[in-house]
Amino acid sequence: MTATDIQQRVHARQSGFFHDLRTVALRAIRLTLRDSESIGPALVIPVFFLVVNIGSLQSFVERNSAPGFDFKGFQLPVAVIFSVTGVSRAGSLVIDIQDGYLDRLLLTPVRRATLLLGLMVADIMLVIALTLPVIAIGTLIGVHFATGLLGVVGFVLLAGAWGLAFTGFPYAIALKTGNPTAVNNAFLLFFPFAFLTTAYVPQSSLTGWLGHVATYNPTTYVLAGMRSIVMTGWDATAIFKAICAIALVGSISFTLAFTALRGRVKRS
Amino acid sequence: MNSGSTTLEHAIDARGLVRRFGEKVAVDDVDLTVGQGEIYGFLGPNGAGKSTTVRMLTTLLKPTIGTATVAGFDIINSADDVRLRIGVALQDAALDPKQTGRELLDMQGRLYGLNPAERSTRINYLVDIVNIGDAIDDRIKTYSGGMKRRLDLAAALVHQPEVLFLDEPTSGLDPVSRATVWDEVRHLNVHLGMTILLTTQYLEEADALAHRVGIIAKGKLVAEGTPAELKRMVGADVIIARVPLSEIDRVPEALSKIAEIDHIETRQDEVIISAARGAATISPVAVALSEAGISVSDLTLRTPSLDDVFLQTTGERINSADEMQSS
Repeated sequence: MTATDIQQRVHARQSGFFHDLRTVALRAIRLTLRDSESIGPALVIPVFFLVVNIGSLQSFVERNSAPGFDFKGFQLPVAVIFSVTGVSRAGSLVIDIQDGYLDRLLLTPVRRATLLLGLMVADIMLVIALTLPVIAIGTLIGVHFATGLLGVVGFVLLAGAWGLAFTGFPYAIALKTGNPTAVNNAFLLFFPFAFLTTAYVPQSSLTGWLGHVATYNPTTYVLAGMRSIVMTGWDATAIFKAICAIALVGSISFTLAFTALRGRVKRS
Repeated sequence: MNSGSTTLEHAIDARGLVRRFGEKVAVDDVDLTVGQGEIYGFLGPNGAGKSTTVRMLTTLLKPTIGTATVAGFDIINSADDVRLRIGVALQDAALDPKQTGRELLDMQGRLYGLNPAERSTRINYLVDIVNIGDAIDDRIKTYSGGMKRRLDLAAALVHQPEVLFLDEPTSGLDPVSRATVWDEVRHLNVHLGMTILLTTQYLEEADALAHRVGIIAKGKLVAEGTPAELKRMVGADVIIARVPLSEIDRVPEALSKIAEIDHIETRQDEVIISAARGAATISPVAVALSEAGISVSDLTLRTPSLDDVFLQTTGERINSADEMQSS
């Protein structure tokens, strides 16, 4: 150690909220890019469903629907919803908890909310990155956006917002339990959202209890909003309902997630 | 409370710290003061309450009862002010294996508000003093245990803390890595005047590094002082006689006439005899035991260790206390 070393004084100080958010998000994005093994399945599964559903159901559904009904356009939002729902860095958050790295972050003056919001920034980027290839494949197999390029942007934004709204659930489980198995099992939440809805046939074709449940499933309205963008053109009512459904799910999941974060960092 | 570290007498000042987990009292009414520029060793077996005390002082955990200031700031009401002034290396290196060492240190620097030039300067400096070399640009998952510890220490130092907490910094390290960490601790204290609180279950570590040592057992601080002061509590020298278990009860009676003996403890088949002048006392001890018909399998003379202090203050050897805690 020399006198020069001793003169290297720095002044630690608390950063602003957005500076902390950027710092946490940059790490999350970097690690997302390194977790390529988690991106592959998230992309393959929806493409698989898109191709198989169209192959097996297109003739049947189009035959029993109004003339001109485009089943490929009808299925594209389903593939995207399958792709983006439940995508999160909750698994890596659990690893941070178990490895003690979350404690290292909590020992710094970082603003606590950014520890979660930073991960969500990475999530929304991943959700958008997953949406684009699915749209590209849809286009390749003949899906045409009735609202043009602007519609594609709106479609991606709705998908991103839905993916983000849903991330609160796995984060809440991760923060509450610190248990990787519990987080892995969070995908079970996805099933009622994804299947008790208009995933395969229009709502008018759903009867009995399934039709009733679908009416109360927010996914139904998100799909309707996205489908309107693809199939019919700008439908303000459908898009407004989609946004409301996303806001409803988001408000519940974020409340759960931030309550769990508060519990995790409250030092008791 | 306001800081002004240059005028503070105590870098750490804790009063009546208590921490309960349900019915279990992990830390029980601990008073602790650590002076500016001091290395304080917190010695005790696993489960004694060392890490819980550190977690309270570093703002990770609130005390159930009691107060403390670190670098002049209250750990409960001014937690962020405390966090800006402390560096912490927890018991298990708390690292992110998917980042490189440089990325991790850079992120630490960002979270402490350092600008890019400051971060770059600090990282280059720390890579040198914790001896990580080119591996700083490798993913942390490729590091050895010793390298992870050293990187963890570097992460604790990025922002030049006033007070450094090291929770069992050499636990699980090989002797060479342990010696390296010891050198780094001395270096930080001597050259930067950093106040350091280190917890350890290694007697020689506390003895070698700490200016003052606090012995904690079952959540209570049972003794405190410089290593020399603590050893003087035991006596100048220690004679250890190993005798058959069936005869051990007769030993105190057999030695009762030797005036030079200060204190006698028995533990299983060992008799620990404290005496001001061990060399002059060992012969009379051997003779007295022989005359009493007690067979001695081993008789040794040594200067007292902190283990003897631990035995005297808690009634247990530190290793056996450790075994009891873990069993």
